[in-house]
Amino acid sequence: MNSISNTLNKRKQLKNNLKAIREESPFIKAQRMDVPEGLYEKCPSCNRTVNMKSNIENDYICKHCGNHFRMRAIDRIKYIVDEDTFVEKGLGYITLNPLFQDGYEEKIAKYKKETNLDDAYIYGYGQIYGQQCVIGVMDSYFLMGSMGSVVGEKVTRSFEYAIYKKLPIVIFSASGGARMQEGIFSLMQMAKTSAAVAKHSKMGLLYISVLTHPTTGGVTASFATLGDIILAEPGALIGFAGPRVIEQTIKQKLPEGFQTAEFLEEKGFIDIVVHRKDLKRTLSKLLAFHRRPN
Amino acid sequence: MDILAKERKVKDLEKQLSELGNSEAVEKIKLEIKRYKEKEMTKLTPWDRVLLARHQLRPTAMDFINYMSQDFIELHGDRLYRDDMSIIGGIGTIEGQVFTIIAQQKGKTLEENLVRNFAMPHPEGYRKALRLMKQAEKFGRPIITIIDTPGAYPGIGAEERGQGQAIAMNLLEMSELTVPVIAVVIGEGGSGGALALGVANKVLMLENAIYSILSPEGYASIIWKDASLAPKAAEVMKLTAYDLAEFSIIDRIIKEPLGGAHFDKEKTYLDTKNAILEEYYKLRKLSPTEIHFQRNNKIRNFGFLQRFNYENLGGIKR
Ligand SMILES: [Zn+2]
Repeated sequence: MNSISNTLNKRKQLKNNLKAIREESPFIKAQRMDVPEGLYEKCPSCNRTVNMKSNIENDYICKHCGNHFRMRAIDRIKYIVDEDTFVEKGLGYITLNPLFQDGYEEKIAKYKKETNLDDAYIYGYGQIYGQQCVIGVMDSYFLMGSMGSVVGEKVTRSFEYAIYKKLPIVIFSASGGARMQEGIFSLMQMAKTSAAVAKHSKMGLLYISVLTHPTTGGVTASFATLGDIILAEPGALIGFAGPRVIEQTIKQKLPEGFQTAEFLEEKGFIDIVVHRKDLKRTLSKLLAFHRRPN
Repeated sequence: MDILAKERKVKDLEKQLSELGNSEAVEKIKLEIKRYKEKEMTKLTPWDRVLLARHQLRPTAMDFINYMSQDFIELHGDRLYRDDMSIIGGIGTIEGQVFTIIAQQKGKTLEENLVRNFAMPHPEGYRKALRLMKQAEKFGRPIITIIDTPGAYPGIGAEERGQGQAIAMNLLEMSELTVPVIAVVIGEGGSGGALALGVANKVLMLENAIYSILSPEGYASIIWKDASLAPKAAEVMKLTAYDLAEFSIIDRIIKEPLGGAHFDKEKTYLDTKNAILEEYYKLRKLSPTEIHFQRNNKIRNFGFLQRFNYENLGGIKR
């Protein structure tokens, strides 16, 4: 008897501790990207300089040419999910160094500090204009958003969580592919995540995949292209092999606009290319179409 | 001295042997060859194994199929675009049991390699494989896949026709199959292009085959910006059968003769066939549901990570 009440007390205490963490979460402060007025950066699409502050206020879209800049995972969640509804799940994963690669641990530690994330993917429960769903976002600022064991595990977990809660899932991909430093373990994450999609799909649940710049390699060749509905942001680079690898193989220049979201829409691999400003509305509509009677 | 140089030396000795008629000298050289092989060809570096996996004389998938199944019938095409010759698929019996066999086929000459595209499949190849696997499932036929590819082909047509989507679809559908799937890596297992045939109940691997996320050359040029450091990359990438067995990524190693599979092809074929059948006889005892569960359980446990468990405490609000 005593031991049970002891465990319960311990658990209560842990819960309180976590509540304290939650209330003054460092993330909430971190995600308010505060840049000084005078900072400028160059738009990779039109080469004009843009003011960073006004760019952020414009949802990371270049006001000259409409180029969609990359978004950090936490910014993306702030942008897509209704305020105060997001609850992050699957915390506390630790990336290990299975192949004992030089400098990998240091690299991970550095990115962890910079981005305030466990690894290149976060997921949780959220609402999009009141539509409940599980939402997962990859962060291309964390080691190119590459998929190692932790990312693969968390993606798989997000599908399992969605199955458990009988919820639709929305995943934003942005990744350079599989994480080389984890070798064969990274490769196997492709099988793991794809199998998780199958299980979610078999339950009759909706999976919307949103491809953002850039989505290549092992992520394209696994869960990202397996959505019931696949959306993409304008101008995003999407493909299996990177453009440089293809150019080296075929020894010729690639045509203009090859592997962009628009190109893939034309070839029939994407349902809609959606402007970032319309994305939230589109997602909520699609989720509403698939709402299940309780 | 890498494995190819050692092999040249053995070949050289054997040439001398054929030139000599004298039985005493012949015996002496024979002994020398045997000693040399035992001394120099038993301990291979990972790079040696990479060289062997890509060896010109290494048996290809079709050699294995011809040995294992005398009545193999090849089936062509993905019913959508065309027939990709870098993947062959069909039906045949091995020891009386009908199997669907799907394999990546390398060419032996340059001309053949141009037809086979150096065993680098296009999306239609993967879609053909998927079609045949679905067909096998319909008729309750076990599946053998033979993996030997440098990787999926990176080209304009491949991208236009959805290379990524084709591979992803195979991964998804293979995880759902209810018939036994046995994969054998016989040469190079190159990245997603290999995995697209490799989601199996049992993964076997020849001793000198390799299986990795990308080629050692690719790894070296990305990490150290120098493709010539590939031997070093092979060392750190952990791509040999022994490494992968240690990680439980593969289930079984099929021993090769000293110096590589091409020194005694017949024996390699026989050992491979026996290993496949042995695994199949074990899987045959399981019901379709158990087959499905066994495979998915295996896939679910891939990964190398640690976790503090916060999950039952409700997550963090951001
Ligand atoms: Zn611009």
